[in-house]
Amino acid sequence: MTDKIDIKLENSGLTEEEKKLFSDARPQTYEPYSEKVEKFANWARANSLWILGFGTGCCSIELRPLMSARFDASRFGIAGRPTPRQSSVFVIGGYVSVKTLKRIVRSYEQMMGPKFVIALGSCPANGGMYFDSYNTVNQLDLYLPVDMYVTGCMPRPEALLASIIDLQDDIKAGNCDSANEYVKNFDWYKANQKKVIKNWNMPDYNW
Amino acid sequence: MIDTLLQQLEQRFAISNINQGRKGLTNCHVDKDKAESMLRELRDKHDYVHLSFITAIDWIEDNIFTLVYMLHNFEQNHSLSIHVDLDRDNPVMESIHNLWAQGWTYQRELKEMYGIDFPGSPRVDEEFCLEGWDQMPPMRRDFDTVTYSEQQFGHRDGRSTEDPREYMRENLYPERGGDAK
Repeated sequence: MTDKIDIKLENSGLTEEEKKLFSDARPQTYEPYSEKVEKFANWARANSLWILGFGTGCCSIELRPLMSARFDASRFGIAGRPTPRQSSVFVIGGYVSVKTLKRIVRSYEQMMGPKFVIALGSCPANGGMYFDSYNTVNQLDLYLPVDMYVTGCMPRPEALLASIIDLQDDIKAGNCDSANEYVKNFDWYKANQKKVIKNWNMPDYNW
Repeated sequence: MIDTLLQQLEQRFAISNINQGRKGLTNCHVDKDKAESMLRELRDKHDYVHLSFITAIDWIEDNIFTLVYMLHNFEQNHSLSIHVDLDRDNPVMESIHNLWAQGWTYQRELKEMYGIDFPGSPRVDEEFCLEGWDQMPPMRRDFDTVTYSEQQFGHRDGRSTEDPREYMRENLYPERGGDAK
């Protein structure tokens, strides 16, 4: 991977004028600190998961009761954030259409590491009831690394809470390395994304 | 009241295939040339002030697209659905964005999903939902969405489908000899 860092991104979707405005650097993997520091950092990360407020499909309706008094996700350190720059968890709420996938990729790349993806519902896993749609991708993990799948159509907030607790356990155990996976397999993910997003008019990596 | 209106329309615009749908809904057919003036008159003189939607039906066997304009009269709580047949090989229709401002959104969507053209409608050639679409319009019935989805988005192994009827026969009512009646 390290030898690829010097290669600049092509940004071929941009015009010459726009190329000057965007970065062409490749993303880099996150190098962990020493074991003890990393353990503490993981504990801190697991207890302050901030969710990006971007509902991609119908399952994102389950994010609303999650924050309200009955399920009260705040007790797990979860907060909703309005911008990808401040959030660490991306909950893909339901089906992913091609138009949304473009925005998802853009938001995901803008998120600060370490970042985690929870895919909610059947549709991101295998297409769900939209498996034969002309506009809905069937496997989200071709385009983004996914840490946790929650199946159901749609899952209850309890299921989402359970998945978040599982995700916290995984993070504390140091198993959630998906942001690095994305960087390591960047070319593969990017080729898959460009295969379905045909009007690619943004930089290859949205810093 | 509705009957006199329909008689008037029959005389003036030669509407055909008049039939009663559910309560408070009447369907009728009108020629493509007369549709716009009829919609205008319904809106201005007969209180059908609300355009609920415009949609299209693909009658591929008859080589016809049927446009459906659904108008509503709040005074009498009555809906009138007006069907207009277009040639499937050259589907062009007069734009009604001057009558109802929301019409251009529907027309833009119909252009993208069915390929029906509405010359003069604002932004009708821009992409609506499908960005970078390079196939035939996807809501046409000759578009093979399963094959396209398979080619474009792949398919995850392990997905299986049960026919509910067969499943119930075998698993819920085995004592009836596989007959679920």
